[in-house]
Amino acid sequence: MSDMSYVRSEMLPERAPPASSVGVIGWMRANLFSSVLNSILSIVSLVLVVWLLSAFLSWALSPTWSGTSVNNCRELSGGGHVACWGVIRERWVQLLFGFYPPEEYWRPMLAFALLFVAVTPVLFSMISRRMNWVMLCVVLGVTALYLGGLAGSIAGLALLALGAAIAYKALSTDKDARAAEIAEGAKRLPNPLIFTAIFPFLTPWLLWGGSLWLPIAAALGFVLAFYAYRYLAAVLGSLSGLILSVIVALVWWLFMAVPFGNAIGGIIPLDLVQVASRDFGGFMLSLTIGVVAIGCSLPIGIVLALGRQSDLFIVKTLCVGFIEFIRGVPLITLLFVASTLLNIFLPPGTNFDIILRVLIMVTLFASAYMAEVIRGGLAALPRGQYEAADALGLDYWKAQRLIIMPQALKISIPGIVSTFIGVFKDTTLVSIIGLLDPLGLSNSIRADANWIGLIWELYGFIALLFFVFCFSMSRYSMYLERRLRTDHR
Amino acid sequence: MSSITLDHHADRSKMQVSEEVAIEINGMNKWYGAFHVLRDINLTVNQGERIVIAGPSGSGKSTLIRCINRLEEHQEGQIIVDGTELTSDLKNVDKVRSEVGMVFQHFNLFPHLTILENCTLAPIWVRKTPKKEAEERAMHFLEKVKIPEQAHKYPGMLSGGQQQRVAIARSLCMMPRIMLFDEPTSALDPEMIKEVLETMVSLAEEGMTMLCVTHEMGFAKEVANRVIFMDAGQIVEQNEPEEFFNNPQSERTKLFLSQIL
Repeated sequence: MSDMSYVRSEMLPERAPPASSVGVIGWMRANLFSSVLNSILSIVSLVLVVWLLSAFLSWALSPTWSGTSVNNCRELSGGGHVACWGVIRERWVQLLFGFYPPEEYWRPMLAFALLFVAVTPVLFSMISRRMNWVMLCVVLGVTALYLGGLAGSIAGLALLALGAAIAYKALSTDKDARAAEIAEGAKRLPNPLIFTAIFPFLTPWLLWGGSLWLPIAAALGFVLAFYAYRYLAAVLGSLSGLILSVIVALVWWLFMAVPFGNAIGGIIPLDLVQVASRDFGGFMLSLTIGVVAIGCSLPIGIVLALGRQSDLFIVKTLCVGFIEFIRGVPLITLLFVASTLLNIFLPPGTNFDIILRVLIMVTLFASAYMAEVIRGGLAALPRGQYEAADALGLDYWKAQRLIIMPQALKISIPGIVSTFIGVFKDTTLVSIIGLLDPLGLSNSIRADANWIGLIWELYGFIALLFFVFCFSMSRYSMYLERRLRTDHR
Repeated sequence: MSSITLDHHADRSKMQVSEEVAIEINGMNKWYGAFHVLRDINLTVNQGERIVIAGPSGSGKSTLIRCINRLEEHQEGQIIVDGTELTSDLKNVDKVRSEVGMVFQHFNLFPHLTILENCTLAPIWVRKTPKKEAEERAMHFLEKVKIPEQAHKYPGMLSGGQQQRVAIARSLCMMPRIMLFDEPTSALDPEMIKEVLETMVSLAEEGMTMLCVTHEMGFAKEVANRVIFMDAGQIVEQNEPEEFFNNPQSERTKLFLSQIL
């Protein structure tokens, strides 16, 4: 037998790893003190962090919450370089709502709460549809109670009772029992996405007021287009059906929606006090612009990205031209166009709301970036996915919807959320054209004789507001990436 | 190349070729840009035939079967599949595609869907099969390719051989009359090649019309009723497998066989 010959006589059993490589000790050894230099750097960094934190806390933790002016703050804190939080106490409501009439604050707050109810079924799959309806009942019930009056109290209590009933039923039957009930033909609650669809029409009414019939008329345009498409596509084919149904909707919106809304509004008025766009301001304005731009830029971006990949020369050229033009121009330029130049091109006497103009510009801007992010996701998909979809007989739209987009969007999640966060922060640029977002408001607050010279407190507060939202979006995107991961589990 | 031996011999008595024509290709030519990739292809395939297409790489064999469900477009000639001619009319293309199953070299499963969803997607959305029925049928075919227990996993958690068997099951769920295989075992290691080939043999035994681009000559001898040899975009030789392997006629075929056997 030669020296090279070797046969293992028994297979080795599994062993636990050495204690020094697992647990807290193992982690610290691997990540903080892996070498002498590394240990020194770790300790120096720790000292630096502690020093910075103590400097910040000694500035921030000051008993000036009740201060009424800079001087008063100084008296309260006994001098020294400390924060003067009185300005936030006095002005935080303004920083949130701008000049929105205080007796109507419940409307933006309700809209904000409803925003969460509307996006929950889209964002979180683990919240059951019954819990979504519970949330809606609670939000509407609390609002009705707040508005008070006999009718409001009764409606509020009824809604809360309904919510409690659904919640009790949802919590008392477990998942499997419920699945069995449904299999036996138990009635399910309607899909909460119905409310998500209503939300975009309800919110402008809540924020701007006026007649509820106008948003209803606008929503009817979509319903009309849907039925027109269903009917015409069967008769004329899908492309002509699509074009004609878009025309039907446009005709409705341009010529019939407003008279229709006014006519019904004359019979059954459902009005809220109107709030002018110039009274909008503060973080509410940033959120309004941000949510609309985020909500609209994703679908428009998808369409643009697909258009850019299209074989149809004209569609492709239009999409490329649009994307490259918008990306080649600073957002501020577009906002100036919205605030000043657009008026020159519109017929005299047209009253085109300034916030609406800004919304359109910011949305277009975000869409162009979104289109490029999604194009990156599309480019990352192997050709085989398209071929497999084709080979199974899926047509273009079905392949896009079921195979291509779910994967391309998943790949693009980090880029998409970065774009969302970027757009949300860019909403502060509207202060340049005179809209009073938190930054615009902070300028006037700093000009107040009482609060002159205060910078860190105001900007810190505004930064905190934005940080909460941007950080939430960032964490959500990481959660979503984890949830959608389907390999190597 | 033909090192894989199958455990049981295919039962050729079950493989009946009918008189009915499944695919007819007349004077078909195709170019990639200026490159003449397929030259004057004439081929008639009857229902129930098992055809193996062999040839060196770049000979156009993959392109040929990809033309049959119009993943590639031909510029000249006629391709008639099950009585439907492939033209730029998308309705015909969709009709042919839903009747012709295709299995790819790299499986091309949809990674964001479970195995079961991979199998039910096309029946539900293209054939409008009710979900329950589609799932029952999918489980039936997953049992047939011997992986029903993986139904709720994702493709990324399966081995290559398992993925390819899922891909076959996915095609079968559309109840195709013809199956195209584009080098189904080229991306697999030997143990997995065998499990995929055995699935294909059992499919052949059920009378499926099959066109298979492969280098597995063992499979060709066992299952095929006709072997087609292609080179430089044309059909150089075709014959029954026994004749083809034992008594090749053209010099090019002899050279090819001497290299791979």
